[in-house]
Amino acid sequence: MKDKLIYFLELTGFTWFIPLVRLSAGESPKHQMQELGKMVGVPLFAIAVFLFLWHLGAAKVITSLGQVPGPTQVWEQVNVLVDEHQASREREQAFYERQEQRNAARLEKNPDAEVTIRPYTGKETFFDQILTSLFTVFVGFLLATIIAVPIGIVAGLSDTLYSALNPLIQVFKPVSPLAWLPIVTMVVSALYVTDNPMFEKSFITSALTVTLCSLWPTLINTAVGVSSIDKDLINVARVLRLNYFTTVWKVVIPASIPMIFTGLRISLGIGWMVLIAAEMLAQNPGLGKFVWDEFQNGSSSSLSRIMVAVLTIGIIGFILDRITLSFQKFFSYDKNAVIR
Amino acid sequence: MDKYLNIDHVSIDFPTPNGPFRALDNVNLKIEKGEFVSIIGHSGCGKSTVMNIVGGLYKATEGGVVLEGREVDEPGPDRAIVFQNHSLFPWLSCYQNVELAVKSVFGASRSRKQIRDWVEHNLELVHMSHAMHKMPSEISGGMKQRVGIARALSMEPKVLLMDEPFGALDALTRAHLQDSLMDIQADLNNTVIMITHDVDEAVLLSDKIVMMTNGPAATISEVMEVNLPRPRKRLALTDNPDYNHYRSEVIHFLHERHARKVA
Repeated sequence: MKDKLIYFLELTGFTWFIPLVRLSAGESPKHQMQELGKMVGVPLFAIAVFLFLWHLGAAKVITSLGQVPGPTQVWEQVNVLVDEHQASREREQAFYERQEQRNAARLEKNPDAEVTIRPYTGKETFFDQILTSLFTVFVGFLLATIIAVPIGIVAGLSDTLYSALNPLIQVFKPVSPLAWLPIVTMVVSALYVTDNPMFEKSFITSALTVTLCSLWPTLINTAVGVSSIDKDLINVARVLRLNYFTTVWKVVIPASIPMIFTGLRISLGIGWMVLIAAEMLAQNPGLGKFVWDEFQNGSSSSLSRIMVAVLTIGIIGFILDRITLSFQKFFSYDKNAVIR
Repeated sequence: MDKYLNIDHVSIDFPTPNGPFRALDNVNLKIEKGEFVSIIGHSGCGKSTVMNIVGGLYKATEGGVVLEGREVDEPGPDRAIVFQNHSLFPWLSCYQNVELAVKSVFGASRSRKQIRDWVEHNLELVHMSHAMHKMPSEISGGMKQRVGIARALSMEPKVLLMDEPFGALDALTRAHLQDSLMDIQADLNNTVIMITHDVDEAVLLSDKIVMMTNGPAATISEVMEVNLPRPRKRLALTDNPDYNHYRSEVIHFLHERHARKVA
């Protein structure tokens, strides 16, 4: 039980819970407390020092929007954003209740009356915007993975294809999302023409920009991982006369899973970073738009609210990285490999 | 032409920036069914190249290999290979490693139960039944090589090719595995080509020892028949004059007539 729990914590990255588990199982309390101090105490102390320095430094800079916010002002805005979210939800609920009452009243008078439910059109809250961003980055990243992994595998298996693709990869890899965005915007506007769009154009533009910028690390890592598989393993597949697809499925993919996931982790990190910039310019209603709107708004609380967004972006990026890391550990055959 | 396996005037060139490099020149070897043949020579002389050509992993530039009247032109399970570093798939358990081989060779012709029995039978043959559900990373080097041998045997090869199968193991483990291999060989009477640079191993296991000259353009210099009665016992042989004679022949070959020139 204890070992299973520890394995689960290791897999999910909650390593600092492990001393607590060991402690509750009665393992040498002194040693476990030391471990706990090292894993939790040291980082907490570092965070405290950072908050203190931030507090001191922020008070010294005065901008046209007032003083640069310190930790306290930012925390205030966190509460404000939560309150706004709750208030908006209440308004939304009230709106739908009113509609229902009105429709019920109309149906009572005339059972054949046509009733419609109009959607609530209030402004998205900060938390809605977080969800939009997560969904957008997920779609972009998924698309990048679907493109990059198969191409990476095929390129890794064929030297010719790899040398064909390599210059293209090297040229497009360093391109900034801000350079792609106008092109993607125009192409989407030209090609995505429907009367009844399932997705907003801004969403598609942002997601595609994420795809374009985040597919390269996965592509390169997959190709390198595949081409560096032990030749003998491939020879075993040849002796067994496995066909191309069986070889890929049974030998190539399992052997290169660690490298593929390393690529995916880098890709997701880049995708998340790129998304914020893309949303700012494409006006996709996510965190990027939130930052941009607050900047344009220019009230005395704007900087604090942007700072909340900055921290949120950072924490979500960290969590996304942890999730992919857990997947990587789960799918890798070498459970003892140290992956950071 | 009536021999079981005929390595017929095989030469191979490898392309280099300075033109083709002739690694093997005119290698000619005929092997009977059920024979255990060792190929011995200094490292880099092209022993493994011979094996890779028989295995179909390389293509001979000149000449060719004929197995039971059919020319060898690609790798196949009828010429199963035991690689030096075991080459088990690290993400599959021992059982699954053998199972993958059995399924891809006999998957169409045998039932699920027959496949399971055959996998288990082969693991038992190499004394690995007790650990068959372990992962390769959880077992020792010698055990991995046992599984590698089980995997090769499970393909029911016409010729079993072994590329320095025990080269990476310590002396005691190696002796154990050699004894196991002799037992298995007594049972199954496989045709085996084994690459080695270990003189004792070659004399102990083989019916024929093929001695190769040093490269480039390496070729077969001598073929020595080892007429020791089977079953052979390691301890009894140490005092056997015939055994010591064969041994010294090979050592003389390796260290006098074809000593490696130190550059």
